[in-house]
Formats: sequence, C-alpha cells, structure tokens
Amino acid sequence: MAETMLYPRDWSRQPPADAPDYLSTRARSPKRPLVYLPDRALQTTGPVFNDDDLGENDWDLLTNYAAPGASANGPRILMHGRVLDENARPVPGALIECWQANAGGRYRHVNDTYLAPLDPNFCGCGRTITDDDGAYRFRTVQPGPYPWPNGPNTWRPAHIHFSVCGASFAQRLITQCYFQGDPFIPHCAIVQSIPNADAVDRLTAKLDLDATVPHDMVAYRFDIVLRGRFATYFENRPEGT
Amino acid sequence: MKPTRPNTKLFHETASQTAGPYVHIGLTPHATGIALYDHEAGSRVAGPQTQGERIRVHGVVWDGQGDPVRDVLIEVWQPNAAGHFAGSDTAEADFQGWGRIVSDFDTGEWRLDTIKPGAPEGQAPHLHLWIVARGINTGLHTRMYFPDEPRNADDPVLTMIDVAEHRQTLIAAHLGDGAYRFDISLQGASETVFFDV
Repeated sequence: MAETMLYPRDWSRQPPADAPDYLSTRARSPKRPLVYLPDRALQTTGPVFNDDDLGENDWDLLTNYAAPGASANGPRILMHGRVLDENARPVPGALIECWQANAGGRYRHVNDTYLAPLDPNFCGCGRTITDDDGAYRFRTVQPGPYPWPNGPNTWRPAHIHFSVCGASFAQRLITQCYFQGDPFIPHCAIVQSIPNADAVDRLTAKLDLDATVPHDMVAYRFDIVLRGRFATYFENRPEGT
Repeated sequence: MKPTRPNTKLFHETASQTAGPYVHIGLTPHATGIALYDHEAGSRVAGPQTQGERIRVHGVVWDGQGDPVRDVLIEVWQPNAAGHFAGSDTAEADFQGWGRIVSDFDTGEWRLDTIKPGAPEGQAPHLHLWIVARGINTGLHTRMYFPDEPRNADDPVLTMIDVAEHRQTLIAAHLGDGAYRFDISLQGASETVFFDV
C-alpha cells in the first residue's frame, strides 16, 4: 500500500530563513540546510478542534472585547475566505486564529509603544473553525499601517496575522494577510522576502463587493492554501472526485 | 529523497510570513494580559486521566548572538505513552498531544509539562517541536529525543544524521526526577537540526 504523502513544500514560493533586508532574520535564521524528513505521523495526524472549544463571539473582533453595546473603532470589515489544500479540496475543521493592530496601527501589547492610542473596545485577536466547505469569516476593523524598527523610516503595510491548524501538523502555517492596493506592500522587507510575485499577490486580500454588507461593512476575501496530498496508488479514482 | 512522482497540484501552498513579535496576542492572549477566551487552545497537553510518566522539559531558544529568543512560541505534537496520537480511538479522552509553550518574556526560559511519549512506528520516543518568533520566516520543525534511551541507536532519523555533533543537538539532558533540559540554537556551532517535514 502506498503511503499517504504530502507534496513537499515548494521553497521557491516561501521566504528564505535568511532575508538580509529583514534585519531580525540575521541572528535567527539557521545556517545549515533543513534535513528533509517526510514524517508520516506528522503528515497524517494533528490536533482536533471542536466548535464547543470556542466562544460564540470569538470570531467577531468588533465586539469580542467591547463594552456591552459598544464596538471597535475604525473601518468595519468582513474578512472571509476558504481554507483549501493544493488539490483544491476544502479543509473543514481547521482552527484559524488571527491577531492584528487596531485601526491606528497599535497592538495591545506591553512592548508596542507607538503613538497611536489603544482602543478600549478592541483587543485585536479572534478565532474560528472552518465549516464543511472550508469557509471562515471574521468581523473586524481594517488595521492601520505602523512604523517598525527595520530602518530609519520603515512601515508595515496594513495586515492581519493568520495562524492555521489544518488536518495534519505538517500543514501548520502562520502567515499575514495584506490589503489590495496598499502602497506599502512593495516597500516592506517582510513581504518582499517572498521571492515570487504571485505568492505575494495570494497574500493580498481582495475587495469583495458581492459580500459587502450595505450600510455596514466592506468585505475582503482571503483564501488560504495548505499542503495537499499525492493521490494514493491504491485508489481507483483521484481524491476529491 | 524527495518524491519525483508527477503531481496533480492545482494550487500552491500559501506563503508563510513571520509570526512577528506579537504572536502571543493571537495564540496565547492570556500571556499578554488579554483575558478573552475561557479555553485557550493548547493550554494542556495531557490531562489527569492520561497514562504515563509525567515529565517537565526546560529550555531556552538561543539566537546567533547568544541572546535568548524571549518572544518565542513553541508548539509540541506528540503521541501518548502507548505511541498513539490524539484523535485515535486508543488515546485517552483528555490527551490532546498538542500544546503551546510560552517563554518567560524577561529571560526566555520556557518549560513544558507533559508525559513521556511512546515510540511511534519503530522510532525512538521523541517530542516534535515547532518554533515561531519575530525573525523566523517559516516555522522551524525539530525533535527532542531522550538520553539513556536504547532505541535511539536504531532510530531512523537519528541514524540518518551523520555528524555526531549535529545529532547531539536533538537529545535532551536528564536533570533527574522526570525533568529534562533541551536548549535550541538557531545558529552557531551548536545549531540545532531542523527538518523539512
């Protein structure tokens, strides 16, 4: 019987460990090559999550930290999409956690001392589990860009951090979602450490007019792709058909 | 050897980006003073009903300048004492096999409370660790093996690493009474072996 194997990670579309323009990588990037280890246990097992583990409001960053009846400050957005694998199959039951700065570009963190004030009604984190179609959604505010210490005048484009726990631990992914048209994207050393323009474009959430809620929220769409599996030899039809 | 079979990929895996310095807001908000969730994900690897030897692992992740990585977040994935992973019918109901480790934000010292894992599929017992932080563009996978473990000699992963000094970076030190020390070096002479899984 053939083993169930994930496609090897395509490193040509991933940022290298040592990205000289992103200064923090210099002392934190391993210098020896990774040892290739297609770990079958890691590729076929992973933590399992239940909706019961989450609060019903965890996905709504507009209100999950707000006083009763209040809402976070800033442009209201619906961030939504699907988690798929490389074979275009939905990944249901994936835990998605997000974190972000507030609309002024400030994180609720003791080490963030940026001038923009904290929003008392916004903590900047949320979580959800994908449904049977792999779909997810968050309500939140569009985060602001902010300065970061990578040079004399360096700014991060507006972004939301995404953490995804898929069907197996070898699919584990953390990434950042940017916004279509943000002029800081080409100037950001973290984004530009990705050596492939299409891969950068896939990290950019697109305005989704059809999902926009009239008089309420602008919608952005961000789909996430996790590693997929080779079709196995013993099956008489391709997976997913 | 990487497989050379033709693949049927329709999409490409989303690019990774660094977890950044504020990863704890998203993954362990309580550690940053945000009391939002009743049940934080990954807060307990093995509950009281889980069988096995209770162990505690201490460590620091070191950068190339010899400074502790104080903002690190580590995830562990492991089988239970019988070698079975969470989610299988044979694992205890309160065994999650997965947990998140936050270091002391001042010293970088971290500790993990869990059970000693069993041996999966002819390998020696080990913990699988995944490391993210500011300056790490793609999460780093490594393994922690146990010293004084006879099965280490035949472990297919340990034996595939030719250089003894490199192999040694994957083996913890036993401090006694179920306590172990496992430091991880991102660079330098003692750079830990990391895996492309």
